[in-house]
Amino acid sequence: MTTPQGQLFSDPSANRARDKFRAKSKALVDKVSSVSDAVARLVHDGDYLAIGGFGGARLPTAIVHEIVRQKKQNLRFAGHTATHDFQILCAGNLTGRGQLLARVENAYSVGLEARGLSPHARRVIESGAVECTEWSNYALAVRFKAAAMGLPFLPCRSMLGTDTFRQSAARTITCPFTGETLTALPALYPDVAAIHVHEADRFGNCRIRGTTVADLDLARAALRLIITCERLIPTEEIRNDPSRTDIPFYCVDAVCEVPFGSYPGNMPYEYFSDEAHLKQWLQVEQDLEAFKEFLEEYIFGMRDFHEYLQLCGGLPRLQELRRQELLLHLGK
Amino acid sequence: MSYNPMELMIACAARLLEDGKTVAVGTGAPCAAAMLAQRTASPNLVIFFEAGGVAPQLPTMPISVGDSRTFYKGAMATSMADVMETCQRGLMDYTFLGGAQIDAYGNLNSTVIGTDYKKPKVRLPGSGGANDLASFCWRILVVTSHDKRRFVDKLDFLTTPGYLTGPGAREAAGLAPGTGPYRVITDLAILGYHDQTKRMEVISLHPGVTLDQVRQNTSFEVGVREPLQTTKPPTEQELKILREEVDPHRYIIGRC
Repeated sequence: MTTPQGQLFSDPSANRARDKFRAKSKALVDKVSSVSDAVARLVHDGDYLAIGGFGGARLPTAIVHEIVRQKKQNLRFAGHTATHDFQILCAGNLTGRGQLLARVENAYSVGLEARGLSPHARRVIESGAVECTEWSNYALAVRFKAAAMGLPFLPCRSMLGTDTFRQSAARTITCPFTGETLTALPALYPDVAAIHVHEADRFGNCRIRGTTVADLDLARAALRLIITCERLIPTEEIRNDPSRTDIPFYCVDAVCEVPFGSYPGNMPYEYFSDEAHLKQWLQVEQDLEAFKEFLEEYIFGMRDFHEYLQLCGGLPRLQELRRQELLLHLGK
Repeated sequence: MSYNPMELMIACAARLLEDGKTVAVGTGAPCAAAMLAQRTASPNLVIFFEAGGVAPQLPTMPISVGDSRTFYKGAMATSMADVMETCQRGLMDYTFLGGAQIDAYGNLNSTVIGTDYKKPKVRLPGSGGANDLASFCWRILVVTSHDKRRFVDKLDFLTTPGYLTGPGAREAAGLAPGTGPYRVITDLAILGYHDQTKRMEVISLHPGVTLDQVRQNTSFEVGVREPLQTTKPPTEQELKILREEVDPHRYIIGRC
């Protein structure tokens, strides 16, 4: 098979990652931070960024907004199950504030599943100004897993024979035991990742309810990790049942308490997605000037995520979304 | 009882899903088909969603492959890798996929329209989990509308593997033996793949549809499996379940 044409956007070296992990403090210290401080301190221009959750579910929206608000530049991005998160990041391109996204390793982005394609994300990628490579969702999950395992690569059996492979930076290898052809996926150690969880203590021990997507591996693969949580809980609660800890404190660099932090995305057992607001985003993006005004109002004009929630209907709207999530509207 | 093309497609898809088998679905028509199958001939069909939802008792149609409906009263809420590795181990019988373009070998494009990858005419989402599911699952099903722009001679981009370039090509590329495209269910017909050539062929025409109509709406030469069948319309029971239980708000079946 021909060698793929794509460039690798990050360093797969497990040895260099080990040096970086070694240099990090693993102390059990208070990491509670504001969203703006966490982003200012932990997200740097040029970083490789990854976002947890599944597009419009368990999304660290406040961090994504803040990255746009702080006008971070030339980020590389893992387009893994990316929907509304990618849509928000694209607001930093072609809107008169430089170029937020420079390179994207794409498995899924631009679309919001059945809701349709994001007109502005299309504009950004179709401009040709963002360098892309192609992967699959599982391939990127395996790349996080390789990094979480402390390896430079892992094999898998997808992408073979396709243009997705040809536009990736994967390779094929021959299995030393069976002689079969496998895809070799380079480990992906993001410089920084953001994950939204249900509960965390002040040290960063986290609990997730519902599907974990790729987040347990992503949390371990990332060189720096920002956690947003629905609520802070006492450490005693973590220590009373450590089997429920999904992400341990020593992976975490900042803990930000952001109630309703996945809005307008879904948060399992907490609130459903705000489909009306997501539709509003898609519609307003059709016209670039109207979209710029929308961004002034909804992102740049906001001091923080709480103000954004207020602007989007505040507690009454969130109560309605909670009722939807709990299926109370179906009489359950 | 009258029915629309989407209801017919969902009923056809549901009938393919055997009891006691596994299926990886997305949102939309495939999810409706799996829900209908569970409520008719296949109560023990096991439904998986790629984000980690396993065996849910779906209360309503999910909006996202990752939303909380996909594991509502499920047997497990796990990771994407766990679901995909269940497929890679050979436990997934069926998957439903779609795309902007499909060719005679069942290869799919969901990445770009236009042949310059770096500057596409239309940027689409990409593989998502489709390439993985098409690589790992035993039988690939496609539910799609049938027109010339979609059924193309040559894809702009081969996102997801069908039979690639023909017989033996999947195995030569390293894909698991015995896997591949199985059925394409359109608003005109049910199509399968020729045993030897691995090219698409018509198995069954929907009521009132002619073979010429299928050919006029397909850019590649499409074969016929003899004897050519006529699709059984949805039964009253199928339509009742579909309309009252599966999709009462007509999110999917209203899309015609």
